[in-house]
Amino acid sequence: MSNTMTDPKRIIIEPVTRVEGHGKVSILLDENNKVKQARLHIVEFRGFERFIQGRPFWEVPVLVQRLCGICPVSHHLAAAKAMDLIVGATKLTPTAEKIRRLMHYGQMLQSHTLHFFHLVSPDLLFGFDADPTIRNVIGVAKKFPELAKQGVLMRKYGQEVIKATAGKKIHGTGAIPGGVNKNLTIEERDFFLKDVDQIVAWAQNALKIAKDYTTQHLEKLAPFGSFDSNHLGLVRKNGQMDLYDGVLKAVDSQGKVIFDQVDNQDYAKYIAEEVRNWSYMKFPFIKSIGPEKGWYRVGPLARVNICTSIDTPLAEAERKEFMALTGGKPNNVTLAYHWARMIENLHSIEVIRNLLNDKDLQGKDLVVTGKRREEAVGIVEAPRGTLFHHYRVNKDDQVTMANLIVSTTSNNEPMNRAVEKVAKDHLSGVQITEGLLNHVEIAIRAYDPCLSCATHALGQMPLTVNLFDAQGTLLDSRSR
Amino acid sequence: MSQEITFTIDGVEVKGTKGQTILQAADEAGIYIPRLCNLKGLIPHGSCRVCTVLVNGRPQAACTQPIAPNAIVEANTPELNAHRRNLIDMLFVEGNHFCMFCEKSGNCELQAMAYRLGILAPKYPFQFPVRDVDASHPDVFIDRNRCILCGRCVRASREQDGKVCFEFVGRGPHKRVAVNAEAKLAETNLDVKDKAVEACPVGAILKKRVGYAVPVGQRKFDKQPIGADIEAHRTSGK
Repeated sequence: MSNTMTDPKRIIIEPVTRVEGHGKVSILLDENNKVKQARLHIVEFRGFERFIQGRPFWEVPVLVQRLCGICPVSHHLAAAKAMDLIVGATKLTPTAEKIRRLMHYGQMLQSHTLHFFHLVSPDLLFGFDADPTIRNVIGVAKKFPELAKQGVLMRKYGQEVIKATAGKKIHGTGAIPGGVNKNLTIEERDFFLKDVDQIVAWAQNALKIAKDYTTQHLEKLAPFGSFDSNHLGLVRKNGQMDLYDGVLKAVDSQGKVIFDQVDNQDYAKYIAEEVRNWSYMKFPFIKSIGPEKGWYRVGPLARVNICTSIDTPLAEAERKEFMALTGGKPNNVTLAYHWARMIENLHSIEVIRNLLNDKDLQGKDLVVTGKRREEAVGIVEAPRGTLFHHYRVNKDDQVTMANLIVSTTSNNEPMNRAVEKVAKDHLSGVQITEGLLNHVEIAIRAYDPCLSCATHALGQMPLTVNLFDAQGTLLDSRSR
Repeated sequence: MSQEITFTIDGVEVKGTKGQTILQAADEAGIYIPRLCNLKGLIPHGSCRVCTVLVNGRPQAACTQPIAPNAIVEANTPELNAHRRNLIDMLFVEGNHFCMFCEKSGNCELQAMAYRLGILAPKYPFQFPVRDVDASHPDVFIDRNRCILCGRCVRASREQDGKVCFEFVGRGPHKRVAVNAEAKLAETNLDVKDKAVEACPVGAILKKRVGYAVPVGQRKFDKQPIGADIEAHRTSGK
């Protein structure tokens, strides 16, 4: 961009190994060594939209979930929802719909739990500035063994739900165009019912940690990587939270509705994507506002902000408490994502408990078909946010076009803003400090971006920061 | 007119009738010899060589070699199984086999054979050949990325369906299964119910719109390894 005009210095944070790509952060300084601009670059190209062209449509829900090992169920279900429409299944059987919901909420439980316990809890339990050799999941397991156990077992429960509905814990085949390929047996149901109340209690416990931390450190957290933004997601037609299916809704930072009741098939009338030459990740925005101010946040924070209520009582009580903090208006604090995520986590296990007690899960009517279509959109709320799958299929059953807007893409601009905000607030001089690394990491992590997949293992990003002066000479480098 | 012939496979006495192949006699005795291009009911082809055994010390394809009195057959030896692994390995790298999303996974004989023989990862470099798909037929999909040139479709079409929908063309690395038409499968008289469609051991010829209908855990080779059905009725030896 205009870096030569102001003779800037450039800091590059080159992390970020991940399952589906590689990213780096670069921070541009002006001549006074103040942060001019910060960018999160996604520099790897994966090409799924291209190489599924020509493949038979029924293969897509299984193929495309290979995008990710953490939330493959989201891709599996978004693609399956689109392919439902391709085969003309506008309404699934109750058994198929509920089995898919069980799968989806099982995945929400395991993904949110993984993120909170393995990635985030070290920051919350030990503090942002604690020694990184302790501030990790091993440190948590040593100091808080009971809590760590709850995290592991709660995630396992979600994974087992996925296995029972999709056939495998990762990359299953349960959802097929027009329905599902299995129901839930009585034995499987009873296996889950046995522990479900315990999981609810643990989810409440995790939520309390996130809530207490947020409310007790609000002064520090409120400005941390925060900014006003629009919020977007799926809700039911009556405004309630729904993570599997619904209409699109967007509100601005003050809660004013930008659009609502938007049919999934019409998403392209409301959302467009901008390409920028420095990142392989596109920048989606709300068309009516334009690319400059039309970007929006997705994910737990956005979903709790846009819904009018939650239909499970424990999560609804927590939602009210969350919204009371901002007087009912959207919460724009980046680190409130963690609290919102744990509200959804509790909601997910409540939904699972309700579904397990529903006899439809043992139904035998699994698949429907109808009049073939050639184009369809499937949208779900993935753990990280709204996930769009859009396909065209020719008369020979081959995919001819695919457009995927993944959650992390929608959060692209917000993550860039968060990084820039943190860099402006926490970069002092031209030294790369451990504190700067920590803070950049924490801001990105709040969004649980898919590019942090690889960091789930140890809860820290392998970061390298390079600092260049205006002539491009390396001044300083710091790695972890 | 049947004449009983006695011979041994890996030291186990096996009785067969004159005119049977080693593979047929072994199957009846409940001894499984790995194979890919052979399919019960089709004239043996002897092309994949996975069923190669030693007959009195000489390598022979068990699917084409007739049984002989007092023959000493070695079928399940470390050396032969090493050769089989090599053959299977080469089939994997010569095509584009992506088991992780292939709808034939769990029902695929190539995949099942790899599991049975203990192949955990390919040892040869992938060739990544450029192969085409043929989606023109209303009910049948051809994905040549997965074809292993076993010829089962070619033979089933001729011998069982009374048609000639498929034929080999080309030689060496250029060999491929062609359809009997100017261009596309839709121009042939193939029917989705034809034996030629069922005969494919891999995911190269598929019935459209039924992929993944059987859940993981209930697929053919989820429950038992390939060959276990033959070994279940073993009549002699251990």
